[in-house]
Parts: sequence; C-alpha cells; structure tokens
Amino acid sequence: MGIQAFDYVRPTDLAEARKAYEATGDARYIAGGQTLLPVMKQRLAQPAAVIDLGGIAGLSGIRVEGNALIVGAMTRHADVAASADVRRLIPALAHLAGLIGDPQVRNRGTMGGSLANNDPSADYPAAVLGLGATVLTDSRSITADDFFDGLFATTLEEGEIIRAISFPVPERAAYEKFPHPASRFALVGVMVSKGAGVRVAATGAGQAGVFRVSEMEAALAKDFSAKAIEGLSVSPDDMIADMHAPGAYRAQLVGVLARRAVAALQ
Amino acid sequence: MPQITLTVNGTPQKLDVPANALLVDVLRDTLALTGTHIGCDTSQCGACTVHIDGRSAKSCTVLAVQADGAQITTIEGLQSGATLHPMQEAFRNHHGLQCGFCTPGMIMAAVALVADKPDIDEAGVRHGLEGNLCRCTGYQNIVAAVLDGARAMQTSKAGG
Repeated sequence: MGIQAFDYVRPTDLAEARKAYEATGDARYIAGGQTLLPVMKQRLAQPAAVIDLGGIAGLSGIRVEGNALIVGAMTRHADVAASADVRRLIPALAHLAGLIGDPQVRNRGTMGGSLANNDPSADYPAAVLGLGATVLTDSRSITADDFFDGLFATTLEEGEIIRAISFPVPERAAYEKFPHPASRFALVGVMVSKGAGVRVAATGAGQAGVFRVSEMEAALAKDFSAKAIEGLSVSPDDMIADMHAPGAYRAQLVGVLARRAVAALQ
Repeated sequence: MPQITLTVNGTPQKLDVPANALLVDVLRDTLALTGTHIGCDTSQCGACTVHIDGRSAKSCTVLAVQADGAQITTIEGLQSGATLHPMQEAFRNHHGLQCGFCTPGMIMAAVALVADKPDIDEAGVRHGLEGNLCRCTGYQNIVAAVLDGARAMQTSKAGG
C-alpha cells in the first residue's frame, strides 16, 4: 500500500527544521525512516508534512570528548557497530548496535530516530538507560532517567530535535539479548554497566517501556557477581504479555539475562 | 513535485518524483528496472534490496527523495557487459534459487555483505542474510553460493 501524500521539507540546519515543524500543525521528522515509513504505510501515522533531518550537517558521526563518547543522532546503527572508538571504549554498545534488525535496517536506521520513537522492544533505550547516557537536543540536555516516559513516549517537547547522545565511558558493560527469532526485536534485552555506579536496564519486557532494575543494582553495588542477583526478579504483572511470550516468561528472562551480563563481566 | 538526482547503475538521472514515492517504485515504474522486486512491502523480506552509496538497503523503506544525490546500484547494474558478476555466477552454479523471486535481493545483500567482510564464513553468511527471506526455504544452496561467490569476488579483485 502506498503512503499518503505529504509536504516534504529538507532543512539544512536545526533552526530551520524546528521552524518548518512549527509552521505545520501536523509534522513528523524523518531520520532513517526504518520505523516511520512502515508506520506510515499502515496509516498509523498520516502526517501532513515530513521533515527530513538527512540534510542537516553535523548530526552524524562519533567522537570522543574527555571521558564521554558522543554519538550524533543521525549515526546509523551499522556505523556504531563498526566504529573503532565505540568498540574500544564501550564494546557493549557496538555489540548491541550490531544486533538491531538486519544489515539493511542497520544501514539506514539511526540512534536518534530509535530513541525518539522509544519502542518498548528496541535495543537503544537499554543502552542509554543502562549506561546512564545524556540526550542532547537542539535546546537542552536530558538525562536518561528523565528521558523515557512510557510506551513510545519521551519527555521531548513538541518539535524538539535530538542532536546527539553522550555516553559516559563505563569501567565495564555488557548487553545480553534474547531476540524474537523473526523480527530480531528484543523479547528481552538487559544492559549492565559498572562505572560511577551500577546500572541495570531492561528493554522488551516492561509494560511501561525500558526500566531500571533497582533491586539488582543495589545488590550488585555491594557484590558485583552473578550470585549476588540470584533469586532477584521482577514482577510478571508489570511485564508485557503478548502472543510472543507471557509476562512470567519475560520476568524470568530479565533475571537470566542480567546474570549472564554480569557473568560476562567477571 | 520535488526534483531529485540519482546515479542509477552509473547513469545520472534527473527525476521529478512525488514526495511519497518509495525508491523501489521509482526504480521499477519510472526507470523500468524491474529486477528489484517488491515482496512483503513491510521491510521484512529483503527482495527489494539495492545498494545506496555502496550499502545495502531495503528500497521499499526509503523515500526516493531521501536518496537524492546518491549512487544506486540495482541487480541490473551488477554485471559488466555480458559477463555476470561473480556472485551472480555463483548463484547460477549452485542453483542458489528455487522460484527466483527473492534472488535479486539475496544477491544484492550478499555482494554488500562480502564487500564488508571478504573472508566471511558460513555462520557470518547466515547471520548476514537475516534481512532476506526465501519462501521456498532454499537457504542451503543460497549459503553455498554466497560462500563461493565470496571466494570468486576475492579472486576477481586480485586478478583485476
């Protein structure tokens, strides 16, 4: 099925993009389009205008700044997976990027697009929350803890644009994922990191999207071992239950994957 | 209507396209390059795989306007003259197809995969073709063809 007609705008800087957004009552930004275009084909989104962020210079690329890795919002998953800087400083992030979708999707999809969409089964939300990253927009910085706001929702304001994501380099981090065998979306994915503190973030599982497993974080802060979180789990009632897996199965996976991630770091 | 410039299989094309036109539709309907197939039209099957600036992409999930300025290679652009690309030759030799519908996408995905990783092994091929579905389930010969095509691509690179 074709996509409904829309006005197409290709701005060359962020201010112009924001202005184009505000000039239209009903606009959507497009980054890589790997979610937006399928959604528009299904008529789940029918924006009057589509604003292409692909023409804005400086939105893609990866650089190291002090103890942080800065990833431009338009950086493709394949480039995160292949980046020498990412592989050296946060190998878990490169590994995670290489598990998203398939090669064709990774060649188009972007980190900023994935985060703005905040799909409850996407991988990047686990990276951003589990590594304690900061989302840099055209107007402010938002910490990971303040960014995600439920299913497909973020605290981005109407028209606000993600510029880059700043990841503090952890001492250690690991991502373990149980992918759905057909879609490659995370049935559950868990990022564990140890840096300024211990963070454990799970995606694919929670009814309200990505979440931190604070009980595990507290246990790991005292004793960073898989044994320390044995027996700790999350409530099946808070988990997504659908045709792919019941809530109890996902709750079980959160524990299994968190232990595997910690074991991989020991 | 937006005007875009694409270089398709080496030939520059200036095109007026509706903003909502998908790249695959422009390739097939405007440029009559029907070797690129539309399978699922939901970015799952990979039959529509082409190269955009040398990287594989599902052309059913790219707006033509997003590709403005890009180099596009389709299955029609792989062979040189009457000589098949080594990957096409390998698919023929190994009968890496049954009905043939997924084949153009498989070959385009395989060429990009091998260009990225010339010494790819069987597990790498199976993982790297996750974005391409064969409804005949003829994966065995497809994987054999890609491995052989990978060797042939290295040889032809060394020789040429």
